Parts: sequence; C-alpha cells; structure tokens
Amino acid sequence: MNALKQYIDLYLANRELIDRGSAGALNALRPAACEALSVATLPRKGSEDYEHTDLSAILSPDFGLNIARRHLAIDPAQSFSCRVPSLSTALFFLTGDTFGAADRARAQLPEGVIVCSLAHAAREYPQLVDRYYGKLAPLSNPLVALNSMLVQDGVFIYVPRGVKVEKPLQLVSILNGEIPMMAVRRLLIVLEEEAEARLLCCDHTQGADTPLLNLQTIEIHAGARSRFDLYELEESSRLTSRLSSLYLAMEADANLLLDGITLFNGRTRNEYHCTLSEPGATLRLLGMGIEDDSRTLDNYTLIRHEAPGCYSDELMKYVVEDNATGAFSGRIYVAPGASKTEAYQANRNMVTTPGARMFSKPQLEIYNDDVKCSHGTAIGQMDEKQLFYMQQRGLSLPVAHTLLKQAFMADVIEGVRLQPLRDRLRMLVDMRFAANSSDHDCNTCAMQEQTDSNA
Amino acid sequence: MLTVKDLHATIGGKEILRGINLEVHPGEVHAIMGPNGSGKSTLSMVLAGNPAYEVTHGEATFRGKNLLEMTPDVRSHEGLFLGFQYPVEIPGVSMVNFMRAAINEKRKYLGEEPMSATEFLKLMREKRSIVDLDSKLASRSVNEGFSGGEKKRNEIFQMAMLEPRLAILDETDSGLDVDALRIVAEGVNKLRTPENATIVITHYQRLLDYIKPQIIHVLYKGRIIKTAGPELALEIEERGFDHIIREAENAEKS
Repeated sequence: MNALKQYIDLYLANRELIDRGSAGALNALRPAACEALSVATLPRKGSEDYEHTDLSAILSPDFGLNIARRHLAIDPAQSFSCRVPSLSTALFFLTGDTFGAADRARAQLPEGVIVCSLAHAAREYPQLVDRYYGKLAPLSNPLVALNSMLVQDGVFIYVPRGVKVEKPLQLVSILNGEIPMMAVRRLLIVLEEEAEARLLCCDHTQGADTPLLNLQTIEIHAGARSRFDLYELEESSRLTSRLSSLYLAMEADANLLLDGITLFNGRTRNEYHCTLSEPGATLRLLGMGIEDDSRTLDNYTLIRHEAPGCYSDELMKYVVEDNATGAFSGRIYVAPGASKTEAYQANRNMVTTPGARMFSKPQLEIYNDDVKCSHGTAIGQMDEKQLFYMQQRGLSLPVAHTLLKQAFMADVIEGVRLQPLRDRLRMLVDMRFAANSSDHDCNTCAMQEQTDSNA
Repeated sequence: MLTVKDLHATIGGKEILRGINLEVHPGEVHAIMGPNGSGKSTLSMVLAGNPAYEVTHGEATFRGKNLLEMTPDVRSHEGLFLGFQYPVEIPGVSMVNFMRAAINEKRKYLGEEPMSATEFLKLMREKRSIVDLDSKLASRSVNEGFSGGEKKRNEIFQMAMLEPRLAILDETDSGLDVDALRIVAEGVNKLRTPENATIVITHYQRLLDYIKPQIIHVLYKGRIIKTAGPELALEIEERGFDHIIREAENAEKS
C-alpha cells in the first residue's frame, strides 16, 4: 500500500479548508505538490539514500492534522520555557505548526527584520514570500512534496541587506497531542547581502505516550557575504518521528554554520541539501547524535560545491548504545569548474554494545582538478587503555564510560560559535550521558534543569 | 602492607610472572630492577588490576585484604597508586574534571561527602606546586599534548592528590632529562611518610640517587632472583645484570 495515498485523499477532500487556513504562495504550490506526489513512490527502505529509514512505516499511521486550524488548548509560554541561562534570546514559539504571538520578542529585533508566521508573511509580504518560497526545496523529493501539499504555516525569517541581528533568535517548537498528530511545518529563512543572524531551534514533545510526527522543510537563502548560524536541538520522545529536509543555497562569501544536535528522539531522519553556488562560500556542518534504547537517527548530507574557491567542513559524531541505530550518509559533490575547492568530511562513531548498530557511508564525487577534499569514517569502541588508566585513579567503570562519552563529543561542542550555548550544550551532553535516559521528561526542558555537577 | 606469594600471571596465554614473592611494610621504599622483558611492568599492571592480565596462581594481600578480588578502582580507593610508564592521553577530559571525579569517587567509597569546588581547587593548587606543574596543564585534557616530562610530573601530581598508601612507580625516570628527573624525585620524596610505602621500578641506578630505597630486588624471567640493600644498585650500575643472573642460574643448578 502506498502510504502517501491517505494524505493525497485528505488533501483532495479538504482543499478549501486547507487553503482557508493558509495563504498566498503556500496555497499556490499545493496543486503542483499534489501532482508530484500522486506519481511519486516513497523510496523503499534499503534504496540508495534511504538505507536505514523506512519512510513508509513512519508515514503509514493515521495521523491527525490540524487542518481546521483549531486553537490548541495549551499556551506554550505558560507550560514551557526553554532558557539558556546567560544566553539572552529573542524567543518565539511554534506549537505544532502554529506560530505563537511574539510581540515582546519582536520588539528586540532591528528594524526591517521580520520574524513571523509564514502564512501571515504570505499575506503581508507576498512579493518576498513569492520570490523565495519553494525555490530551493524540489517537489521531486516526496517529503518536500508532502510538506508543500499540506503545510499551512511555519516561520518566516527575513533579515534585510546589511542588518546584523545581535540577539540570537530562539524558536521553541512543541509537538503535542492526545491522539497521534502530525505537524507539517515550513521554515523559510532569507538573509540578504551582508545580513547576519543566529537561530537556535529547540524541538520538544509534550505527552510521551502518543505517536507524533514532525514533517518539516527548511529553506535557507544566504545572500552574498551573509553570516548565519542554525542550531537545531532535538529533545523529543521515543514515540516521536521527525522527517526534516533542509535546503540551503549560499551566494558569494556567505558563511554558514549548521549544527544538528539529537539529544533525545524516537525516529529521526535529517536531510541537509547544501549548495555553495557562488565563489568564496564557507559552510561548517556539525552534527551529534546520542542514541540509546531503540532510538534511530539517520542523517543524510549532500554538499554541492558548484563554484570555485568555496570551503566546507563537516563533522558528524554518534554515540550508539543498547539496541539503537545510527546512520550517516554524506556526500560531497564538486562540480566541473569548481577549482580551489576545499571540502572535508568526517564521521566518527562510538558503538558501545553488541546490540547497537552504526552505518556510515562517506562519499566524494569530484569532477574538477585542483581541489583539496577528504572524507573519513571511523566506528569504534571505548579505548581499554584509557579505561584502565581512569579506573586506576579511582573512577568506577560506569563513571569512566560516561567521561569518555562526554569527551568524545567535545570537538562537536567546540564548534558552536555562541559561547553561552556552547557551555550549556556541554552541560546538556554531560547530563545526557550521566543520567538514565528514561528519566527524560519532555514537559520540562533539559535546558532548564540545574545541577551542580558543572559548578 | 603488601604481601605477594608465588604470583603467576599471563597475558595472551604467555606466562610472564612465574612465582613472585614480595613483602612491603609501611615506611619502606623498594626498588625493582631488571633487564628488559623481565616482567617489571607486568608486575605493576597485575598489582593494579589491569584486566588484560590474568593471574593464574598465587596470592596478593593489601592491608589484610585480598587484592586480587578487587576491581582496579577499589584498589585505588584502598590506597594503591600506579604511576604509569606511558601515561595515557584522554582527549576531551580535562585534568580538573578527571581529578575531581577521582577524588569524589574515593570519598564516596570512604563514606565521605564530595569535596566542594573551592576546597578542590585549593587542593589542586597546593599539590601542583609539589611538582611545579603549570596551571595551564591542569586545565588541559588529561596528558594531551604534554611533553614526556610533563606527563611524568602529572603522574606525581595525581599521586599527591590521591595520597596513596602504596605507590608503584613504573619507570618514572624514563624519558626524563636531569632537571625533570630531580623535580619528579623530589616530588616523590616530599610525599613520603612513615605510613606509606613506595615501589620504584627502574632500569637504572640514576633515579635511585634521588629516591633512596632500603631494599632492592632484581627481577628476571618473571621471578625475583636477588634481594639486597642499596649497595646492590651500585653493583648493577658497575657490572650490569649478567653476573647476578649467572649467579642465580648457578645456584639453581647446584
């Protein structure tokens, strides 16, 4: 059975209702998305880029969608606050796919900067949204087509030419539902020439007993000489599935950092499609996955060097324990003519139990001479010599294990360009390894929990 | 304090220790010397409980308790310290966090409260000065990027932090220049008390100019073939191990 059919039927039966709950460019793309989807088949588990993610199984359950735009009974700001101490952010909320009112946060932003509901933006700034919406994420990707067919809202971030947003933006996304629910979200991020901003996305789940699905598509347009950091921190529940497709295009001398941190999850598939389309672009792509129990994390990355003189550096690290599964598929593509490309990719993994599985597929495709490229992967266990040394100094084996796992993630944490976030992340990772993961409660943000372990 | 009786141990099925007998009392300094491959490092690893080695026969008691039944961390809590010949680098684990974990694990074992952060930092400062360890090194990852001399000084610094009852120093002099050797040896001497004991494992007499042992053992092919006073070290320095080995072999034949 085609898992997509129920969604196509849902769309065809509710087109007007769906359109009414959204606007402009989002509605305009729906018919094409539906058409693309009706001839698409979901990639089977085991096929080239989906070796370890079963999209059909993830999409098959009968998820509810809030297409009637009913207000959810929760007030995220009331029940939830995600703070990074000593990191003052302009804080925005997304509940399901609904953007929360955020006048106070907005007041902290420089003039001309827009952070708002995507549907609202499609009405208020149609020229802007029309110009950028759906331009990077192709409908040939069934996840993008599904998102484009059903999405009604999300977030629009626009930083005009030359404007620097000093205060980091923080977007707290909350999934919840009494019944199995699916949130279809879209993030459209536009940085014009020389614009600068940083965004921290914290993804949470409330209600750990219900299967929930987050289907999100992110499009990032990075203008010439712009600078942008995106930190995505997933702290969801075991019954949560996340299918995220990120598309990035970088113009000349743009400088970006993408950092995907999976602390707690259920089943996650993150796709990063990054194109360095003009000379001098610099991309640092970082990722970290901590997988235990029977959690699954599959990161797929494609970095396309299409212009000369661009630089990319990718580092993904996993700790896989119990019966968890980690997968990494990374490809660097250097197009003909992209001379003086520098592209590096590393995937390092620690697998601690016989039941844990890690799959790694590093790939380089180079169609030009005069480039510096490297890729490497390593899967290993903890070092016996280090363990004995630590035990000799009095550390019990579990404590030594925890320290080595924490240490393993140190270089990924070092890559964070926001000092307070770096410190906080270090603590979150320490806590993640030190505590039993079943203690994790998504109703309280780990960002809030205080321990004196780091005092 | 430490009693070892007829200890045999293997690694990878190969017997390295073939009947070690050793008795160490509080306040004593012993030196264990011997040619390469005689089993000196193996003895230190076995006493510290390295799981790579298997004890096949014999016994070892430490302060009346069966040492061989204890895990390496419990041996450490009981007061046994091993200064490694090759201290291990642990990238990503800071010296401060490592030492704090070590101190607090020991306190937990002894039923004491964890040490406060201020108390701990004060202790670090105090002990660092014993071996002139740079404060920058203490804030770095364990042994990572340390020079040979710094690694050895770091071993003695950790020994000072943990205040062991019995310290086994495995080739602490190897790779050290004269100045570093003096600093390390002086550190060891400062830590000596009538209650604790030290076993120094070394190739050379050189270290013993600084750390004065009362008892010297010569280890050969997994057995202690000779035990004598400090004069034995001088004899070895002058004439090498060969004549002692011959002597022992002749004694065995007759």
